[in-house]
Amino acid sequence: MMKVWIPRDAAARALGAEEVVAALRAEARRRGADLTLVRNGSRGMLWLEPLAEVEIDGIRHAFGPMTPETVGQLFDGGALALGPTEDLPWMKAQTRLTFARVGVIDPLSFAEFRSHGGLAGLTRALAMDGAAVVAEVTASGLRGRGGAGFPTGIKWKTVHDAAGARKYIVCNADEGDSATFADRMIMEGDPFTLIEGMVIAGLAVGATTGFIYSRSEYPDANAAMAEALQIARDEGLIGPSVLGSGRAFDLDLRIGAGAYVCGEETALLNSLEGKRGVVRAKPPLPALQGFMGRPTVVNNVISLASVPAILAQGAAAYAALGIGRSKGTIPLQIAGNVRRGGLFEAAFGLSLGQIVNEIGGGTASGRPVKAVQVGGPLGAYLTPGQFDLPFGYEEYAGQDALIGHAGLTVFDDSTDMLEMARFAMEFCAIESCGKCTPCRIGAVRGVETLDRIARGDADAISLLTDLCATMKAGSLCALGGFTPYPVLSALTHFPGDFLRAREAAE
Amino acid sequence: MPDSADLEPRVREILDAHSGVEGALLPILHAVQDAFGYVPEEALPLIAADQTLSKAEAYGVLTFYHDFRTRPAGRHVLKLCRAEACKAMGADRLHTQIRTKLGIDWHGTTADGRITLEPVFCLGLCANGPSAMIDGRVVGRLDTAKFDAIVGGLE
Ligand SMILES: Cc1cc2nc3c(=O)[nH]c(=O)nc-3n(C[C@H](O)[C@H](O)[C@H](O)COP(=O)(O)O)c2cc1C
Ligand code: SF4
Ligand code: FES
Repeated sequence: MMKVWIPRDAAARALGAEEVVAALRAEARRRGADLTLVRNGSRGMLWLEPLAEVEIDGIRHAFGPMTPETVGQLFDGGALALGPTEDLPWMKAQTRLTFARVGVIDPLSFAEFRSHGGLAGLTRALAMDGAAVVAEVTASGLRGRGGAGFPTGIKWKTVHDAAGARKYIVCNADEGDSATFADRMIMEGDPFTLIEGMVIAGLAVGATTGFIYSRSEYPDANAAMAEALQIARDEGLIGPSVLGSGRAFDLDLRIGAGAYVCGEETALLNSLEGKRGVVRAKPPLPALQGFMGRPTVVNNVISLASVPAILAQGAAAYAALGIGRSKGTIPLQIAGNVRRGGLFEAAFGLSLGQIVNEIGGGTASGRPVKAVQVGGPLGAYLTPGQFDLPFGYEEYAGQDALIGHAGLTVFDDSTDMLEMARFAMEFCAIESCGKCTPCRIGAVRGVETLDRIARGDADAISLLTDLCATMKAGSLCALGGFTPYPVLSALTHFPGDFLRAREAAE
Repeated sequence: MPDSADLEPRVREILDAHSGVEGALLPILHAVQDAFGYVPEEALPLIAADQTLSKAEAYGVLTFYHDFRTRPAGRHVLKLCRAEACKAMGADRLHTQIRTKLGIDWHGTTADGRITLEPVFCLGLCANGPSAMIDGRVVGRLDTAKFDAIVGGLE
């Protein structure tokens, strides 16, 4: 018998995994080989996708990137053979807690999920009272991975302490930031872990209903998640009696409709309620008046999916990792013009230079790195001059930057930073929910102003900085409030790109 | 354009399937668009009444979201990612070439009704850009040769 793993992950599929699977099946038939094929999640080495693994003497060996023409190497060996998967430098250098099972198991096999440590966290939580679970999550130091970095345990305590017969757990899976795919990879690679985390959250705060709000841009993740929910219901992980405990928790998957702002938690709640995805003023906090005005935990996928490991291994083990007030691990998503792009889970504290050069291997084009945007479309552009900066919430905030959902986009020296600043404003204009003027009108003015600068109007630069100050001060949410970060960081670090445009126009 | 005689029973079926669902409007609009390829104007009063909304409120929701269309698209929908990580891999130049090849701009449909072109902001394939989606199928490391191969095979 020959056992092979080929990911079902969207990144692998986008690079031809289905074609490789078809070719492999045909080749196995031709050779009369007895093939067992597992469709796993991705190991996160996305530059090697489609990455196949073959079991040799009980050890998984990696081959990649595979093409239909090279499947013979899975039988005979060859240039694409990379050796035992776990021995690859990318794998060995990680601390995989949240992503421990991603790429390892068949994501839709409940038996494999269990045999690889699934349900250990929930089993422990079921033996504790809600307040004790909340205290454990607080002690772990886990902070929201959706961007704002709010301590998860404190949010849970607010909902736990709130009066109300009906409370909700809402998972924010509206992963809209460019350079992020960690949520997607959990949903496609280990969906039961997310479900387990949400059940634990429900037990902890006294909620019996949950929603996962995902995005329409993720059809593969949504299909995997929907199937996983059905299996979880059949296995009694969710439903009227969680694992036979007599305590209820049920869960529904909802899909957004292509609005970036619906990742903002109050816009998301409006969207879930069937309304326009307009941001709500806070207070009231969603924790007190969230879905349908009832107490609601809104957490990112990674926040929730990290909880089972925290419960299983204990808060102290998690809190021992990281730096300062950034505890535990963070799944770095390395993207853009980079040689080795992918998902790399590590304790907080790696320097930007280590991430981009050592892990990522520099640019894909081979040209010098010009800038790295960290934290998605609302995150600042950093330069190689800042490569010593350790990865942490406060460390980045101190540089007028943010870690956001931990996506990093690498740009080479051919990038025009004026164009990137213009894009930031254009994106804000397209995605603004329209509630406040500085964002709705300001972003449109921002595009016009950058076009003036591009035409050589130097006076417009001070207009741009004034406009950014107005947006920062007068916007209700971070879409309008943080768009100035990429714009101003581009201007501050690369003034030449804004001046060169002027000279060219004169 | 669906026959309005067919339309009402199909919409009612969808509304029935969502009865009792909390905040059902988005799931309903998705289901209607899946059934007809767009959200027909005639469907809106039915949906609004079912959700106890005014037609204007239902229309306000419909138009807020980039995904929902009020007119049919071409036979195939091509979405190209315009976001930063794909830009870092030369998406802008590629998009200009593709728009020229198709002879349409964003949101346009080719004259033969074959392809509608939509921008998208991130498909979660950001380490493998430039990224695209054709009829819900993901494509990474798109270039003009791959584009020709994919689009050449479409009816
Ligand atoms: C414009 C905007 C978009 C956002 N998009 C997301 C998102 O896609 N996913 C997410 O988890 N949080 C997003 N957030 C942050 C959420 O508002 C919220 O802080 C988060 O879901 C809370 O969960 P956490 O504490 O686990 O991070 C966004 C915020 C803003 C202002
Ligand atoms: S800043 Fe923009 S997106 Fe946020 S509430 Fe105001 S208008 Fe809406
Ligand atoms: S930025 Fe294009 S797929 Fe994410």
